[in-house]
Amino acid sequence: MKRRRNILSWAGFAVVLVALVSYIPFFALFPATRDVPWANYLLFLIGGALIAAGVRRAFRDPGHYRGKVAGSILGGLSALLIALFVVSVTYYSKQIPSAATALSVSRKAPPFVLADTAGNEISSAALLRDRRGLVLIFYRGYW
Amino acid sequence: MVAISVDSPAESQKLCQSRGYTFPFLSDPGAETIRQYGVLHPKGGEGGKDIARPAEFLVDAAGTIRWVNLTDDIRVRARPESVLAAIDRL
Repeated sequence: MKRRRNILSWAGFAVVLVALVSYIPFFALFPATRDVPWANYLLFLIGGALIAAGVRRAFRDPGHYRGKVAGSILGGLSALLIALFVVSVTYYSKQIPSAATALSVSRKAPPFVLADTAGNEISSAALLRDRRGLVLIFYRGYW
Repeated sequence: MVAISVDSPAESQKLCQSRGYTFPFLSDPGAETIRQYGVLHPKGGEGGKDIARPAEFLVDAAGTIRWVNLTDDIRVRARPESVLAAIDRL
């Protein structure tokens, strides 16, 4: 009797890959799925469960299903990828200097003159003219 | 509202075009302004370049800082509703 391909393990691995690569281009765009990446965790859980089911039937019913070796490798690889994601969002993304040096509320905002994307010099004084206030967003940039 | 980073104007231009941002993006290549606001991330960039840590400030018309948001996680930035609430309190 021909043994069937164990599609569950492969489908689960595909879900794990989607969970890993979807965070930056998609889920990180929305604060609700960015701050706590629950959508990615959920996808990892689904992918992991599919792989576990695939490996389980490969070992329980080797007469019908292939994939003992492939399923185990995919499972191990998925565990590594999930660990990489978790360490990235819980450790590496927090490696920034303390906020203690930043100017605090009620301090004077240092004036500045900086070039915009067209190369025009823009001053903070001009930005504040006839306005109630100004929001400054400092960001890391793309280097 | 303006955004400030160490990126060159050309780099910021690319970012604005790809993301559709229409507010000014200012270039602080030497990180002088970033340093003055106390939000420098020394050697935080590619090749050990000094960059800004993520931070948001609200400055009133008199030039006084009225609200600050300093995240401890580069993924987590100020939410629009908290910025708008701070503006309403001006």
